[in-house]
Amino acid sequence: MSIVEFKKVTKRFGDLTILNEVDLKIEVGEKVVLIGPSGSGKSTLIRCINALEEINGGDLIVDGYSVKDGPGSVRIIRQEAGMVFQQFNLFPQMTALENVSFGPRRVRGTPKRAAEEQARAILDKVGLGEKVDSYPTELSGGQQQRVAIARALAIKPKLMLFDEPTSALDPELRHEVLQVMQDLAEDGMTMIVVTHEMSFARKVGTRLIFIENGMISVDGEPKELLDNPENLRLREFIQHVH
Amino acid sequence: MEFEWSVIWDALPQLMVGVKLTVLISLAGIIGGFIIGVIAGVMRAYGNKVVNAIALFYIEIIRGTPIVVQVMFIYFALPMLADIRLDPITAAITSIVINAGAYIAEIVRGAILSVSRGLREAGLALGLPFWKVLVYIVGPLAFRRMIPSLGNQCIISLKDTSLFIVIGVGELTRQGQEIMASSFRAVEIWSGVAILYLILTGTLTIILRITEKRMRIL
Repeated sequence: MSIVEFKKVTKRFGDLTILNEVDLKIEVGEKVVLIGPSGSGKSTLIRCINALEEINGGDLIVDGYSVKDGPGSVRIIRQEAGMVFQQFNLFPQMTALENVSFGPRRVRGTPKRAAEEQARAILDKVGLGEKVDSYPTELSGGQQQRVAIARALAIKPKLMLFDEPTSALDPELRHEVLQVMQDLAEDGMTMIVVTHEMSFARKVGTRLIFIENGMISVDGEPKELLDNPENLRLREFIQHVH
Repeated sequence: MEFEWSVIWDALPQLMVGVKLTVLISLAGIIGGFIIGVIAGVMRAYGNKVVNAIALFYIEIIRGTPIVVQVMFIYFALPMLADIRLDPITAAITSIVINAGAYIAEIVRGAILSVSRGLREAGLALGLPFWKVLVYIVGPLAFRRMIPSLGNQCIISLKDTSLFIVIGVGELTRQGQEIMASSFRAVEIWSGVAILYLILTGTLTIILRITEKRMRIL
């Protein structure tokens, strides 16, 4: 069974159709990289998966639960799909440790001490063992995004969604975030990543999807597609990104 | 004329009775008003059309009428309309609650809406139910941003209690009025009353400053 299945998913904002009857199946273990021009619907697509955007038509099944089955099943989906945002969105009133232990405590009901112990281990894994007591404002953008990844991992999701995780970062800070993502991929995590980082797509991605005007226009092997893009629009797009 | 300090001194015990009542009405009114304000503010910020309209109706009615009219309505009109009879103090507290509640509702709404949507989404994306996002993430941030306006409202409500002289509540202004009626020492009595109000609002201001210092606005 696919972990994510789009069945003719349509999403509209007013009169504007953002996703147009999208069909897509993603299997456990895949590292899917979504690319496309701005406004193509790639962010909307990833946000539909954990129901941050409500779909207007079709159905979307995540690990057996439909996003249309009401708040209960939406919460289960969100616990199974960790999300990392472009703007980090760390809780500013909490330290790194509190940010990461927050999910397990308030969502899973883990006791405080156990949640913090686990949070320390995850922060250590993303290379921030020294920064547990820092507040978000005391961290660099790259560090904040790594805390955000740790926060998402803490609820033990089955897949991870990344919505342009490096777009708000200075070029020299991107590397540390991409490295954490690569480590995660090597650990076998199922990942769906909206990004403009073509080298990441090439190195880590197992599948590349090009979205245009709310539809999937190219879907295939990242290396092949990037080295020899047959689709004219994709070729143009890659030239502009590089 | 000569300013006789002894007049204030002699009047002080009676004025302090008024101070106690003023503090009681303000405190009960502000606490109640905060609860009503949070409920109405959340209804405004997140409610659907119907819920929002109910809250807006309440806010506009209260903000659009003077508090003296509101307390007169509660004290004199409610008994005739619905056979609800409140003693003056209860009527006064009720007036402050619904009056402060309406203003606080707009403060709460503004503060909630100033918390970035991304933080709300980050909470929801963890799989939290909406009320937990409100209690643990949006609420604490919004509260910090509310403190200055909330302090302002506390001071306004405290001073508004002086208007309850119209229904005969023996608060500070009323006590001053009564002493005046027998002694005719207007300068001393009203100076004394003003100083007592300044001490009360000054205390509120200091509490506010300390709270603001201890809770960084994020």
